[in-house]
Amino acid sequence: MLFAELVVQGVVQGAIYALIALGLTLVYGLLRILHVAHAALFTLGGYVGVLVTNHTGSLTLALGAAMLGVGVLGMVVYRLAYRPLLERPPFVALIASIGLFIAAEEVYRIVFGSFGLSFVSPPLQQQVDIGGGILLSQARIAVVAMAVGFLALLAWLSGHTRTGVAWRATVTDPKMAESCGIDIEKVRYLNFFIGSALAAAAGVMVALLNNLVEPTMGAVPSYKALAIIVLGGLGSVRGTLLAALALGVIESFGTVYAGHLLDRDALAFAFLIAVLMLRPQGLLRGA
Amino acid sequence: MAYEIIIATTMAIAVLFALSLNVITGFCGQISLGHAAFYGIGAYTGALLTKAGLPLIAALAPAALSAGAIGFVVGLASLRVRHDFLAITTMGVSFLFVGVVRKQDVLGGEIGISGIPAAEFGRPGLLALAVGCAVVFALLALHIRRSWMGFAFESIADDEDTARILGIDVPRFKLWAFVIGTAGAGVAGALYAHNVRYIGPDSFGFVESVTVLAMVIVGGIGSVWGVVLAAAVLSVLPLWFQVIDDYKLLMYGALLFLAMRFMPDGVAGQVARWWAASRRGR
Repeated sequence: MLFAELVVQGVVQGAIYALIALGLTLVYGLLRILHVAHAALFTLGGYVGVLVTNHTGSLTLALGAAMLGVGVLGMVVYRLAYRPLLERPPFVALIASIGLFIAAEEVYRIVFGSFGLSFVSPPLQQQVDIGGGILLSQARIAVVAMAVGFLALLAWLSGHTRTGVAWRATVTDPKMAESCGIDIEKVRYLNFFIGSALAAAAGVMVALLNNLVEPTMGAVPSYKALAIIVLGGLGSVRGTLLAALALGVIESFGTVYAGHLLDRDALAFAFLIAVLMLRPQGLLRGA
Repeated sequence: MAYEIIIATTMAIAVLFALSLNVITGFCGQISLGHAAFYGIGAYTGALLTKAGLPLIAALAPAALSAGAIGFVVGLASLRVRHDFLAITTMGVSFLFVGVVRKQDVLGGEIGISGIPAAEFGRPGLLALAVGCAVVFALLALHIRRSWMGFAFESIADDEDTARILGIDVPRFKLWAFVIGTAGAGVAGALYAHNVRYIGPDSFGFVESVTVLAMVIVGGIGSVWGVVLAAAVLSVLPLWFQVIDDYKLLMYGALLFLAMRFMPDGVAGQVARWWAASRRGR
C-alpha cells in the first residue's frame, strides 16, 4: 500500500515539476539560455493566484489572470534581459538571469512581506478516494489533470497548427527557418509567453497544495527544474516530461528509504549526476 | 580596529577564493557552479584538524589536499560532460555536498561546527596569512598564464576539439585546472573557518557558488587583476549596504544583472575597451 501511495505522491510532484520545467526547456531549446529567473515567474504566478482568489473568490479567474499576466511579463523579460545578450557567451545570460532571480525574490519579500500569503478559504481541499483506499485531495487531482491537459494542448498545437510548425522549424534550425520566411522574433515571444504562463499555472497549483506562497518558494524548483531539463537532454520536450516524472517518483521513494543519508534536494542531484555520467547527453537527446 | 581586521581578512579570503575559481573557469573555460563545495571541504577539514589540536598553519595543507582530491574527481566528470551539462553537474555537486554534510553527525549536521579555535598567531596574524596566501596564489596564476600550461588552458577554453587536434593533452590539463583551483578553494575555506570560527552547511551552498562565480565574471573572466578587484569589492559590498539592510540583496541581484546587461566582459574587458578607444583617439 505504501508503494502505491509513494508512486501517486511522486506523480503529483512530477506533474508540478513538468509544468515548471517545460517552460525552461522551451527557452533552452530556442535560445540556449539557462533561464534561472523562470522560477521568479513561477513564484509570481503563486502570488497572483492567491491575491485574485482572495479578492474575487474564483480560482478559475485567478488561474487565468496569473497565466495571462505572468505570460506577458515573460515576454518583457525576454525583451529587456535576454535579447540584448543573445550574441554573448551563454554564461553571461546565466549570471544575468541569476541576478534577476535574486532581485525578484527580494522584490516579492519587500512588496508582499516575508511571511508569505495564504488563501482565506482554500478551494479544492476535499479528500477523494481514488481507489485502493488511497485518499487524495481534489487539489492534487487537479494538478495532475491540469498538467496532462496543458501538455496535450501544447503537443496538439506544435503538431497541428502553422504556429506550431514555425516553432519546431525555429528550434531545429533558426537560420533556415528565417530564410523560409518565419518571423523568429515572433516565435521567441510566443515561446516566452507559453513557458511563463505554464510556470504561473504551476505556481498557482503549488500555492494551492501548500496553502502558502513565500518569496523563496521558487528557489528549490528553479534549480531542480534545471536538473530536470538537463536530465531530459536539454531542449527535448519528451525527455523533460520523462525526467520530471522520474524525479518526482524517485524523490518520494528516496526520502522514505534514503532520507537518513541525504536530504531531498541532494537526492535529486545525486540521481542527476549518476545519469549524466552514464549518459552525458541526457535521457533523450534531440526530438 | 578588530572589526576592520576581520573585514580585511574577509576580503583577502574572497580574493583567494575567486582567484581559485578563475583558474578553472577563467583560464581553462570550464564553468563551475559548485565551487563553494570545495571551499566547504577545506573549511571542514581545517576546522576538524585545529579542533583536534593541530595549529592552523599545519592544517592548511590537508585542507588543500582534501579539496584538491575531490576536485580531481569532479574534474574527471568534466571529461565526460561539457558546457551547460558541466554547469549543471557542478551545481549538483554543490547541492550534494550540503546534503551530505547535513546528515553527518561527525560534521555537526544541521547545527554545524562551533567553537573553532582562534588562529595561534591572533587576528592580525590571520590577516597577514590570508593576504600572503592570496598574493602567492595571484603570482601562481600569473605564472601559469605565462607558462605552457596557461597556453594549453587558453586553447582548451577557446576550442577544445581544435586543442585536441593540435596534440594538447586535453584531459590532463583539465584535471590540472580542477586540482589547482579546488586546492586553492580548500585553503580559502580553512582560512574562512578560522576567521568566522563557526561553520555550518548553509555557509557553502549554491548561493555562495554563484557569488564567487559572479566575482569572476564581473571582474572579467580570466583576468587576474580584474578578479582581484571584483572579489575585494563584492565581498564587502553587502557590509556597505548594511545601512540599507532591507534592500541589500535586492541591490546585489540588480547589480549582478546590470553588470552583465551593460558590461558583459566584466571590469577588465571594459577597461581594455576604453584603453583601446583612447589610444585610437590619439
